Amino acid sequence: MISEIFAFGSSPVHLLDPRLRVIFAVLFSVVTAVSNLFPTVCLALLMAIVLAVLARLPFRPLLTRLFIVNGLILFIWLVLPWSYEGTPVFSMGPLVVSREGICLSALITIKSNAIVLAFIAMVATMPVAVLGQALDRLHIPQKLVHLLLITYRYIFVIESEYHQLLRAARIRCFTPKTDLHTYKTYAYLLGMLFVRAAARGERVHQAMICRGFNGKFLCLHNFAIKQGDLAWILAMTTGLIGLGMLEWARII
Amino acid sequence: MHISEGILSAPVLTGGAIFAVAATAAGLRKLSPEKIPQAGLLSAAFFVASLVHVPIGPVSVHMVLNGIVGLLLGWAAVPVIAVALLLQAVLFQFGGITSLGVNTIIMAAPAVLCHYIFKPFLSKNHTIVMAAAFACGAAAVFLSALIAAAALVLTGEAFREVSAALVGAHFFVMIIEGIITMFCVAFLKKVQPSMLNLG
Repeated sequence: MISEIFAFGSSPVHLLDPRLRVIFAVLFSVVTAVSNLFPTVCLALLMAIVLAVLARLPFRPLLTRLFIVNGLILFIWLVLPWSYEGTPVFSMGPLVVSREGICLSALITIKSNAIVLAFIAMVATMPVAVLGQALDRLHIPQKLVHLLLITYRYIFVIESEYHQLLRAARIRCFTPKTDLHTYKTYAYLLGMLFVRAAARGERVHQAMICRGFNGKFLCLHNFAIKQGDLAWILAMTTGLIGLGMLEWARII
Repeated sequence: MHISEGILSAPVLTGGAIFAVAATAAGLRKLSPEKIPQAGLLSAAFFVASLVHVPIGPVSVHMVLNGIVGLLLGWAAVPVIAVALLLQAVLFQFGGITSLGVNTIIMAAPAVLCHYIFKPFLSKNHTIVMAAAFACGAAAVFLSALIAAAALVLTGEAFREVSAALVGAHFFVMIIEGIITMFCVAFLKKVQPSMLNLG
């Protein structure tokens, strides 16, 4: 089931202004993504862990998420150390593991986890509705924000519709196997999902017009910078400057 | 299909972001305000559909469906895919902020391309429609894998083997996407031809 497990809470991070969280999540991600030195990415990972602790993220779901996200990273570990040419560390038959390959894989792993952890701590800690309003205040095109909010509003509805269709198929003794019948069933099921979604889209639009929708999404939520936000801006900016110094001034 | 955070180099990420912003802007221009609820609902449907796992031997793969998104939406597929990817990043942390641009291009460019290549065939006879739909589903996934591989190789020659393995790993996904897209288009043609703009 789709759920927003990290979105609700009363931690210091949850109370921060959503706009600032979005801005700093972007800045932090960009700086970390373009870094290529171990001290920088290690500091980034440390900052991400501090953010995650401050956000009081539930431990087990967080680990599950990180585990899934590391799938492609695992794929890289399986291929890169063997295929990257460089100083050999040890060999197994014709296969040689290079030092450079291991270093690059490790760098990618730390970077990737730092960015994802910080993203969970800063952005996944707000409901998507709030994210949409924050993006609107940050002057992201309104059509795109509408699209995001409507999509978010209906993924749960469509998901339950999907389960309903799947239940109906199961009652008719449908068991997924590797055969044409299974693929045909899934294809028709998905086709039905699209047909229903399109029909519902029509009704939603009519209902919105009936309620006087004029192309503008109103938002009653007022965002304001508070004292805690200022302290946070200071801390995050210092951290980002620290990352920049490590990477480009090479102070270590 | 998406590339995780922290892998690609700065020039690739920047290039992806610039292309994605331009394509999203073009897509939004084609999407009139009255069509937003409909596009949003379809976006939600594709989001849910991409969570569907179909069995293939002992494992299962999840659907990509960018071929059929392209057929149904044309240029509007770009903002729809961008929004779905953003939601995936926020809700499941698949992909993220910095790779959002590249990932949007990986998924959306084949969708738009397939729209232009295969849409004209959908008004032909049954056999041609089935063949075109199969090709559309398979080609969209293949092109996505190819763009993802190109992004990796442009990041560094070291990723040559990784990207070759990535394209190879999508072979069976391609076939299954083709089959599902084929039956799905046949279904839509019978049930709701207006969705394919065939009248």
